[in-house]
Amino acid sequence: MAEWINDFRVKFINNFITDNRWKYLLNGLGITLEVTFFSALIGIFIGFIIAIIRSTHDKTGKMKLPDALCKLYVTVIRGTPVVVQLLIIYFVVFASVNVNKVIAAIIAFGINSGAYVAEIVRSGIMSIDTGQMEAGRSLGLNFFQTMYYIILPQAFKNVLPALANEFIVLLKETSISGYIALQDLAKGGDIIRGRTYDAFMPLIAVALIYLFMVVLLSKGVEIMERRLRSSDR
Amino acid sequence: MIGEVLIKVENLSKSFGSIKALDGVDAEIRKGDVAVIIGPSGSGKSTFLRCLNLLEVPTGGKIFFEGTDITDPRVDINKHRQKMGMVFQQFKLFPHMTVLDNMILSPIKVLKQPREQAVRKAVELLERVGLADRMNAYPSQLSGGQKQRIAIVRALCMEPDVMLFDEPTSALDPEMVGEVLDVMRKLAGSGMTMVVVTHEMGFAREVGTRIIFMDEGKIVEEKSPSELFSNPSSDRLKAFLAKVL
Repeated sequence: MAEWINDFRVKFINNFITDNRWKYLLNGLGITLEVTFFSALIGIFIGFIIAIIRSTHDKTGKMKLPDALCKLYVTVIRGTPVVVQLLIIYFVVFASVNVNKVIAAIIAFGINSGAYVAEIVRSGIMSIDTGQMEAGRSLGLNFFQTMYYIILPQAFKNVLPALANEFIVLLKETSISGYIALQDLAKGGDIIRGRTYDAFMPLIAVALIYLFMVVLLSKGVEIMERRLRSSDR
Repeated sequence: MIGEVLIKVENLSKSFGSIKALDGVDAEIRKGDVAVIIGPSGSGKSTFLRCLNLLEVPTGGKIFFEGTDITDPRVDINKHRQKMGMVFQQFKLFPHMTVLDNMILSPIKVLKQPREQAVRKAVELLERVGLADRMNAYPSQLSGGQKQRIAIVRALCMEPDVMLFDEPTSALDPEMVGEVLDVMRKLAGSGMTMVVVTHEMGFAREVGTRIIFMDEGKIVEEKSPSELFSNPSSDRLKAFLAKVL
C-alpha cells in the first residue's frame, strides 16, 4: 500500500508539478471555458432566431423563404460531424485569413450549437397553447411583444432541461478543438501524456475536471429550474 | 343610452377550407349595446366574434370599427385591438405571471403607462371584482371563476371601447357561473358596449339589449330580448329555444 502511494506521488509530481505541467491543464481549461461560453451565446442567439422563424411559419404559414433557409441550415449542421465542421471553418472558410484559433472554434461550435438550440426552443414554442398568443394579441401587444413577454418565457421554462443538456454536450464537444491544434483542456492533458509517456494520470485528471464542470452546470440549472417553477404550485 | 355605431359589419364571410363558417353576415354594434349572440354549436357565433378583432381573418366582407375598415391590410390592427377587450372561454391568463403582472403588462408595454398608474388602475379594478387580495397569486392558485374575473379586469385595464366575450362561462363549474355573470352584469350596467356569445339564456334575456340568433353562418333573427324569447318568428329559432329553455 505504502509503495502504491509513493508510486502515485512520484507520478503525480512527474505529470503535473515538473516543468509546471499543470499549466497545460489550467490554460487548457481557460480555453475550454472561453470557447464553450461564447459558442453557447452564439448558439442561443442563432437558435432563438431560427426557432421563432420556424415556429411562426409552422403556426401561420408566413415566412416561407426564411423557413426554408433555416431548415437547410439545421439539416446540414445536424447531418455532418462537428469535427468536420470545425475543420472546414478553420481550414476552408478561414483558409486565406490568419484567424485566431479560439475565434475559429467559437464560430464553429456556435454555428453547430445553434442548430440544436433551434430545434429545442422550437419544440418549446410549439408546446405553448395558441391561446396564449391570441390572448396577448387581443390585449394589443404586437407579435414580437407577445413572443418576448408571454410565449418565450413559458417555452424557455419547458425546455430548460433539454437546453442544459445541449450545453453539457457542447462543453464536452469542445474537446475536439485539438483537431485545429487549439490547446484546450483535452489537448492539454494529451500534451502532458506526450511528455511523460503516462496516459493514466493526465487523462483521468482531464476527465475529472470535465466531470466537475458538468456537475456544477447541472446544479446551476437545477436551481434555476426550481426558481422558474414558482408559478406552478 | 344606445348611441353611435361602433362596429359595422358588412357581408362578412369566413371559410375554413370548404366549410363556410360565416356566410354573408351584416351587423351593427352601437355604443352602449349589449349584443348577445346565441345559436347552436357550429353556427358561426364564435367565429363571428373572433373576426371582430381579427383573431380570425375574414375571407370576405368588411368590418368597420370606429369608422376604420380594419380588414384593410394597411391598417395597424394592434391599435384597434387595444380598444377591443376580449374574454375567452378558456380564460387564457399568462401562467408565468402573477395576477397583477397579467393586468399591467399591456398598459405598460402598449399604452406606455407609468407602472404606478397601471398598478393603481389594476388594484382599483381588482377591488371592484373582490379579488384585490389575490393580486400576487399565480393563475394556477385560482379557481375557474376567479380566473375568468381576472381575465375580464385584465381586458378592462386597457380601457376598451367594447368588450367581446366568447362563451365566458362555458368552461366553468356550475357554482362559479354566477360570480362571472355578476361581473358582466355590473359591467353592462356601467354602460360598457358588449358583444357576448353565450349559452346563458337567463343572462341574455336579463342583460342583453339585443339578441342575435345565428345558424349555419348567418344571422337568422335579431330582436330585443323580450320580443325574441316570447315571439320567435323562424322555425330554426323556435327549435333552438325549445332545446335550450
